[in-house]
Amino acid sequence: MSSQLVDRVLTKDIKMNAKRKLNGNEQFFLVFKYFSLVILAIIAALPIYIMVINSVKGITGVTQSAAFVPPTHLNFDAWGPVWEQMKVPMGRTAFFVIQSSIISAIIGSINGYVFAKWKFKGSTFIFTTFLFGMFIPYQAIMIPLTQFNQWAHLGGSIYVLVFAHVIYGIPICTLIFRNYYAGIPNELIEAARVDGAGMVRIFRTIILPLSIPGFVVVLIWQFTSAWNDFLFAIFLTGGSPNLAVATTALNFITGSGNQVYYGNNMTASLIVSIPTLLVYMFLGRYFLRGLLSGSLKG
Amino acid sequence: MLKKSKLAIAAVVAVALVGATVPASNAATDKKLEIFTWWASGGEALGLKGMTDAFTKANPNTAFVNASVAGAAGTNAKGVLVSRMKAGNPPDTFQAHAGAELTSYIKAGQVEDLTFLYKQQGWDKIFPKDLVKTLTSNGKIYSVPVNIHRANVLWWNPATATKAGVTAAPATMEEFIADLKKAKDAGIDGIALAGNGDWAIAHLLDVVLLGTLGADKYNGLWKGTTSWTGPEVKKAVSNFTTILSYGNSSKALDWPDAGKLVTGGKALFFIMGDWASSQWQADGLKLGTDYTWAVAPNSVDKKPIYMWLSDSFTLPKGAKNRDAGIAWLKVCGSLAGQDAFNPAKGSIAVRTDSDATKYDSYLQAAMKEWKTDKLVGSTVHGVNWNNAAMASYNTVVGKFYTGGAKDAAGLIKGLAAIQKNGK
Amino acid sequence: MTRVRVVSELSYLEVFRILKGESPVASTTKKHVQSPWGGFVFVLPSILAMAVFVYGMIGWTLKISFSHLNSSDSTDNSFAGLKNYRDLFQDSDFTHAFSNLLKFTGVFLIGTLISGLIMALLLEKGIKGEGFFRSIYLYPMAISFIAMGTSWRWLMDSARDKDGTGLNSIFHMAHLDFLQNDWYTSERGAMFAIALPAIWQMSGYVMALFLAGFRGIPDDLREAARVDGASEYKIYRHILFPQLKPTFLTVLIILGHISMKVFDLIYGIASKSYVTKVLAIYMWQVIFDIQDFAKGSAIAIIILLCIAVVVIPYLAYVNKTEEMK
Repeated sequence: MSSQLVDRVLTKDIKMNAKRKLNGNEQFFLVFKYFSLVILAIIAALPIYIMVINSVKGITGVTQSAAFVPPTHLNFDAWGPVWEQMKVPMGRTAFFVIQSSIISAIIGSINGYVFAKWKFKGSTFIFTTFLFGMFIPYQAIMIPLTQFNQWAHLGGSIYVLVFAHVIYGIPICTLIFRNYYAGIPNELIEAARVDGAGMVRIFRTIILPLSIPGFVVVLIWQFTSAWNDFLFAIFLTGGSPNLAVATTALNFITGSGNQVYYGNNMTASLIVSIPTLLVYMFLGRYFLRGLLSGSLKG
Repeated sequence: MLKKSKLAIAAVVAVALVGATVPASNAATDKKLEIFTWWASGGEALGLKGMTDAFTKANPNTAFVNASVAGAAGTNAKGVLVSRMKAGNPPDTFQAHAGAELTSYIKAGQVEDLTFLYKQQGWDKIFPKDLVKTLTSNGKIYSVPVNIHRANVLWWNPATATKAGVTAAPATMEEFIADLKKAKDAGIDGIALAGNGDWAIAHLLDVVLLGTLGADKYNGLWKGTTSWTGPEVKKAVSNFTTILSYGNSSKALDWPDAGKLVTGGKALFFIMGDWASSQWQADGLKLGTDYTWAVAPNSVDKKPIYMWLSDSFTLPKGAKNRDAGIAWLKVCGSLAGQDAFNPAKGSIAVRTDSDATKYDSYLQAAMKEWKTDKLVGSTVHGVNWNNAAMASYNTVVGKFYTGGAKDAAGLIKGLAAIQKNGK
Repeated sequence: MTRVRVVSELSYLEVFRILKGESPVASTTKKHVQSPWGGFVFVLPSILAMAVFVYGMIGWTLKISFSHLNSSDSTDNSFAGLKNYRDLFQDSDFTHAFSNLLKFTGVFLIGTLISGLIMALLLEKGIKGEGFFRSIYLYPMAISFIAMGTSWRWLMDSARDKDGTGLNSIFHMAHLDFLQNDWYTSERGAMFAIALPAIWQMSGYVMALFLAGFRGIPDDLREAARVDGASEYKIYRHILFPQLKPTFLTVLIILGHISMKVFDLIYGIASKSYVTKVLAIYMWQVIFDIQDFAKGSAIAIIILLCIAVVVIPYLAYVNKTEEMK
C-alpha cells in the first residue's frame, strides 16, 4: 500500500465540509454521529479506565466492587514495590525486543527489496510461501521449537527470544517492506543501472535513504508484537525468573490464584502496557501504516 | 518527520542502551540454587520465605533464586515445569505433592532417588512411615516432604453464624445442608465458592465424597473397591449439587476472594484446606474472632477424619546445581527448616519431633489429630490421582459446575472414566 | 496521474531528488530486471529459515501427531497413523472445544465487522476530532491480554444486582436488569461473552482497513452520483460497498486466522475453564497437564488445517494477481 494512500486515511481533508453551513437534517446527523462516536469511545476506554484508576488507589484499597469508582485522592503506594519487581523484566524485555526488532527490520528490508525490485524466477511463489508463515498458529510449531531449543542449548539465554521473534517475524517484515518498496518507481532503479550501479550499490544509495518510514513501521510493529508476546516467552523461557520478561513477570503477579492485593495487579498491568502505549501515542501514524501494510490488498 | 517522532525514536534508542546494561542472563560464578514452586504470594510465600531464610543461614555462600510460577494449586506451574524439563533446563529442586502426583515424575524418570539422603539424615526414623510410603516407588524414596495440610476443614465467621442462627458447627451432611438453608433465609450465601481454575470446586467434591461415603468407602474409590457408579457416589453427587446451589453468584473467583466473602460476612461457610488460615492471618485477621474452624461435616464416621496432602521437594535429574539442591533438601527435612516454614504456611511439620509451641491453636489441634485420626488422601492435591488424572478431574468438575450443576449423570460418568484410565 | 519523462533522459540523482520532493508518480513500465537470479542469494538465508522453522517444524509436528509420544513413554515413537486424529473426533472435550471455536469465530467475525464498519462509516467523511477518536478505537491493539485480563474478568463477573460488579452493575444501575448474565462463565453464552474483548481489540483495526478502503475511492465518484440525485444510502450501497469487496475479503481472512489461533485472550481471562475452552487452550492442557504430546500435536495440525483451508486459496488468488502484473 502506498504511503500516499495511508496519508489520505490519516488526514482527510475536511476543509470542504467544514465551511458549509449545515442544514437541519445534517445538523441532526452530525450530533448523532458525535454521540455515537462518544459512546463507542467510552466502551473502548472502559477496560483501561478500570486499570488506571485502580492503580492509584494504593495496594490494599482496591476492591472489585468499587472497580469503577475513582479514588478520592491519588495513592501511588503500589507503584514502588511493583516497579521493584518489574524493572528487571522490563529492562530485559526492552533489551531483547529492541535487538530483535532491529534485526527483523534489516532482514525485512533486504528481503522486501529483492521481492519488489530484483525478482528471480519463482520469486512470487517463494514470497507467497513466506506469507503463509505469517498465518500459521504458533501452536503448530511450538513442540518442535522447544525441542530445538533444547538441542541447540539456547534455553539459558534471552537470545532464544530474539531468535524466535526474528525468525517468525520474517514474513510480516518482508511484506511491509516489499509493499513499501513497490511504491518506488522502477525508473529510479533503471536509471541507476544505466549509470552502472549494481544491486547492492542501489540499495545503499537509493533504497536505504528512502526507507526510514518503512523502518519505523517495522520497528514499531515488531516492538509491539514482541513486547506483548506471551506464548513464545512462556514456552521458550519456561518461566525461569532469570529470563522473565514483561508478560511472564506480569503473569506471575496477575495469574496468581493467591492474589490478595489487586492494587499490585492493576499497577503491574498498567506499567507493562506503558511502553507500547507510548509508542502508539507518539508514533501512531506509523503504527497505522504497519497495520495497513499487513493487509496485502486494499 | 515530525520532531515529536524523532524525539520518540531517540527515547527508544536510549531505552535500548539502558536495557543493554541489564545482563541477558545470570552469569553466576558463585554457587546458586534455583527452586521451583507455585507459592508466589500470600501466606504460602511467607512460609517459603521461612524455609529459604533457614537455608540462607545454613548456606550463606549460595545465591538463592526463586523460580515461582503463579497459579494456585500449581495449575500453571506444572505446565511450565514440563516445558522446562523438555527444554533440558530443570530447576535444582521443584515442588511436588506426595502420592500419585509424585509418581508421574518418578515414572517419567525425572527425579533422583533420595534414599541415601534419608539414611544419612535419619529421616526414616523421624518421618511418619505411612507418609514416606506415598513417596516411595519400588523401595526407593524420591522426595522430601516439608508439610502436611488438612483439606477437609470447614471455616466460618462467628458473627455471620450468629446472624444466620447457626449455633454449632454441622457434624453431618444433613445438618450442613440445613445450615446452608438457614443462611439463605437470612439473606446470605450459604457457601463461598472459588470457581477460577476449577480446582476449588473439585476440592469441595473431595470433601463431600468423604462426608457422604465415609473414610473407608472413600479410600475404596481409589483402590477400586468402591464403585463410582454405585448409590453412594450418586448420593454424594446429589449432596454436592444441593450444596452448590447455595453458592455465591460470581462463578470465577480466586480462592482468597472467596475466603474474603466469609470474613466479610457475605457468605457463611468455606470449605478449604488450612492454607486459608495462613492467608487470613497474612491479611491481619485473627483466628477465633474473625474466623473459626471445625472438621468438615461427615455423615458416616463418628471420629474425625484427616484428609491430608503433603508438599515435598525433589531433586530433578540433570539439575545444574545438584549440591545446592541437596543442601536445600537437607534444610527441608531439618527441624529448623520445617518449624520455620510451617507456622507461616499454615500447615504442620512432617517431623514427629516438631515443636508445637511455635504453632497457633488451630495447627496445634491439627498436630494432635494427625497422630490419632484416620487418614484419607486429597484427590485434587495429588495423593490419589496423578497429574493427567487431576487435570481431567478439574475439567469434569468445572464442566458440571458451569453447566449449572445439572448433569449429575455426566459427572459420575466422567469421574468413573478417569479412574478407569488412570495409571 | 502524471507520467514521468522518459527515463533515459534522467540521471538517477535527478529522479532521486524528484522523489524526495514527494511528487506522485505511477509506474507503468515493467518491473523485471536483468538476470533470472536477481536477488536470490540475499533472500536465501530467509528462505532457509522459513524452510526449517516454518515448514520443517510443521512437518515435525505432523510426524509427532502420527506417533504415540507421551510423557510416560517418552521413547515410544512408534507409528500410530491417524489414530490420534480418529481419537480426537471421538473425544468429547475436543469436539466441544472445536464447536466453541467455531461459535467464537462466528461471533467475533460478525461483531468486529459490524463495529469496525460502523466506526469507519462514522469517521470516513471526515469530522473534527477524527484523530482523537481513531486513536481511542485503535489503542486496544497495542495492549496484551495478559495485562487486560483482570479488567475484563471484573467487567464480566457473573455476580448480579446489588452484588454485581462490572457490566452487570452498570446494567443494574441503568435499570436494564434483563441484560445481566453470567458472561464467560455461562454455559451457553460463554463464547459470545468471551468474543467481546476480542471484538473490542480488533474493531479499530477493521475500522482502519475500511477507512482506507473508503478513502481509496475517489470523491469524484460520489460527487457525480450526488449530482445525479442519488441518496447517500444508494451511494453506499451501489458505489462504495462494491468497491470494498477486496477490503472485506482481507478483513475476513485476517480476522478468521486470528480467531483460529486465539489463546492469550481466553487464557488471560478464563484460564482453562471448560465453557470457554477452544482448540489452542485444549492443546495447552493436553501437552502440559496431560502430557500427551502426540495428541497435542494432532490438535495443532488441525488448527493449522482450519487456517490453511481459508488462507491458501486466498494466497493463491493473491499470487495469481501478482504474477499477472
